[in-house]
Amino acid sequence: MAGSAQDYASEVKPTWCPGCGNYGILNALRQALIQVGLAPHQVFIVSGIGCGSKLPDYIHANGFMTLHGRPLPIATGARLANPGLKVITVHGDGDSMGLGMGHFIHAARRNIEIVDLIQNNQIYGLTKGQYSPTSDPGFVTSTSPEGALEAAANPVALALAAGGTFVARGFAGDPRHLADLIAAAIQHKGYALVEILQPCVTFNRKNTYDWYRKRVYQLEDTGHDPGDRVAAFQKALEWEERIPLGLFYQTRRPTYEEQVSVLQAGPLATRPLEKLTPAQVDNLRAEFM
Amino acid sequence: MTIVNDMTFQIAGAAGQGVESSGAGFAEALAKGGLHLFGLQDYMSRIRGGLNFFQIRVHERPLYAHQEAVHLLLPLNEEALEGCRAQVVKGGGIIYDENLKVDRRILAGQGYTPMPVPLVEIAREHGERVMANTAALGAAAGVVEYSYERLADVIRQNFRRKGGEVVAANLRVARAAYLYARERYAADFEWKLAEVPGAPRRMVLSGNQAFALGAVAGGCRFIAAYPMTPATSIIEWMARHEQQLGLVTKHAEDEIAAICMAIGANFAGVRAMAATSGGGFSLMVEALGLAGMCEVPLVLFEAQRGGPSTGLPTRTEQSDLLFVLHASQGEFPRLVLAPGTVEECFECGWRAFNLAEKYQTPVIVLSDQLLASSLRTIEVEALDFDRVVIDRGKLLGQEELDALTGPYKRHLLTDDGLSPRAVPGHPKAVYATASDEHDELGRISEEMNNRRKMVQKRMKKLETARQEIAPPTCYGPAEAAVVLVGWGSTYGVLREAVDRLNGQARLVHFRDLWPFPAQAAAEALRGGRLLVVENNYTGQFRRLLQSETCLQVDHTLSRYDGRPFSVDDILTRVQELGV
Repeated sequence: MAGSAQDYASEVKPTWCPGCGNYGILNALRQALIQVGLAPHQVFIVSGIGCGSKLPDYIHANGFMTLHGRPLPIATGARLANPGLKVITVHGDGDSMGLGMGHFIHAARRNIEIVDLIQNNQIYGLTKGQYSPTSDPGFVTSTSPEGALEAAANPVALALAAGGTFVARGFAGDPRHLADLIAAAIQHKGYALVEILQPCVTFNRKNTYDWYRKRVYQLEDTGHDPGDRVAAFQKALEWEERIPLGLFYQTRRPTYEEQVSVLQAGPLATRPLEKLTPAQVDNLRAEFM
Repeated sequence: MTIVNDMTFQIAGAAGQGVESSGAGFAEALAKGGLHLFGLQDYMSRIRGGLNFFQIRVHERPLYAHQEAVHLLLPLNEEALEGCRAQVVKGGGIIYDENLKVDRRILAGQGYTPMPVPLVEIAREHGERVMANTAALGAAAGVVEYSYERLADVIRQNFRRKGGEVVAANLRVARAAYLYARERYAADFEWKLAEVPGAPRRMVLSGNQAFALGAVAGGCRFIAAYPMTPATSIIEWMARHEQQLGLVTKHAEDEIAAICMAIGANFAGVRAMAATSGGGFSLMVEALGLAGMCEVPLVLFEAQRGGPSTGLPTRTEQSDLLFVLHASQGEFPRLVLAPGTVEECFECGWRAFNLAEKYQTPVIVLSDQLLASSLRTIEVEALDFDRVVIDRGKLLGQEELDALTGPYKRHLLTDDGLSPRAVPGHPKAVYATASDEHDELGRISEEMNNRRKMVQKRMKKLETARQEIAPPTCYGPAEAAVVLVGWGSTYGVLREAVDRLNGQARLVHFRDLWPFPAQAAAEALRGGRLLVVENNYTGQFRRLLQSETCLQVDHTLSRYDGRPFSVDDILTRVQELGV
């Protein structure tokens, strides 16, 4: 029961600024879901808080717009309850690299099967223009009058270090390529990061569409081997001059849910919920006698 | 004079010396002989050293509380003797290894009965050095002339996994120490323990164990938690039963992740909970509001300990009451249950999951260190698995989902505030909802009429839930002059105080705390002077009672040193009232 563009259409009109990178991301996500043949009821999109985290309102699929920084653990709970659902998290750079940094690292090392879409515009948009954990050093905003003083968080490098098994980067200005990356992430067994470079046309006057277009290039055009973690890490460190896009790294190791033996009998969510059997009760009582 | 089956036994030592396992083993042996017991654990926040004790009060009739007076002390080192001997009554026995630096004559001069036993020597001779605790238990059983066979049963059971030789060696050690101590000291020791013939087999368990049993009986199939005393044993118990009961347990990276995982699992349709203490609960507060706002069922178990901050990590307090009632920004419905006994812990376990799904909102079960870790014997039927009901409220079944027409409204406005609930996975009930204010469909909305309706809808659920909130339970003569008012774990000590006050006092014990059973409270508390007893400084329950009922509380008794109330604390305070 594959979805069509019409199936994923929402009646809600996005509140995003004209030209916002989120439009490209939304289109790419819809396209990817259709490409892999999933229907809206098979998908669960968990977002955080921020401009981009309003995305579940703008797509017809199961969704939960949650708390700033917390979509990953919520998605993890949903995934452990029902591994039959394709669980996708959507959140920004403030959400994922600020409050959610810990959860992000743990999701990667846990290798739980979640597609993690990080909309990285290097700025806080919804709160109107403060620097973010991924802002380039020296980036001047209302809360960094002397320029950002910290090194920028690097989601790709962090995911690689934490044991991520699918690590990719796309660009909101190239939705077709992005859709392919998201489709590959959806088909990956395990935690799959797609960092999405996303211009904020209102508050980020540095990292614009033009700025990105001058720098981005496709890893697949360079003969990069996505099986080589060290090479992936080297590529992850490139920034400012040239910015690589595409699949940095992919490997296969058992997912978290594959290792939980109770889940091998099927999802908890679809099992009938029944009272304990008399035999189970007797066993439990005997434990305390 | 001989006193049979009414005594308190205490084993004390450093962390790591096996105080807990020895105490639990002895408790089992007593329970197998048909005796009732109440086991109190007192331990420090450290892995080695310090002073821990496990106290077992024993009687033929059911016990609900500990008592301070100790009749037989087993100090495993000198510090334990120093730290605990003040609790030993005149004539009480002290069993210790004869190599401890203890002056027998001084002890005797202080009115104690010193009972040195070559525990280590016996262990070495008949088994191994590490079996000295077995020797101590054997000696204790010998002095009180309790059935050696019952102790042997427990040794066989507890060491079975270590193999036949270990069992045999422990039995030899226990037997030798039993005979040694009985021969030398039993004749002059007043307190005796005897099996109760024909007594039924009973269960021995803690509040946390009872809650976990209730939870799984009530359909809990997922728990996420971050270890925190005194709640840790909940996830540990469930983790041990993953296969047996089909549970998934997740030790999360922090408490925020734990509650979020439980919310995610509940959203996806699995009965899920998180367990923590006050510090972890503090971290969970924002997500608590998320569950309230988005109408996600959620069970949260909070075992209180001494606060604020790290406070007294291994000790008891009831100081999170007003915090859990008000935690998280904004207004949303929540239910708060505070069990007071092992039986109530079990019942709250399954009830909480029904309430959470029925009202599609957080249910907080508030326990504390005393209830969490103290052991009690109860009749097997007292944990009534037959009475357990699994009521999923307005959760839509397959046929109802198939029959849906039109867009599914997750937050449909209804008279009782409860909306038919679908979980993700059905083609006819695809929806997204938001922690932002939302409309019936779950879409973000700031429109003011919608806002009013949604606030009213959510809060209406609290009014609907009020119908099934349990009234306080009453114990003791209705005409008593003093009304002891308590909640949660003080039940046991207050009940015993009522028994000892010969009609002077009665008890009104609150279990369901929110929505507050105001009308039932006003009725139950009519007549008599109110004495509110609670383990906190600011009188949190008293303030709640006063604000919800307009009753004036005359007297209070508070304790906030991390230790549970003793019966004497209550009796003394009642005497002060001069009734």
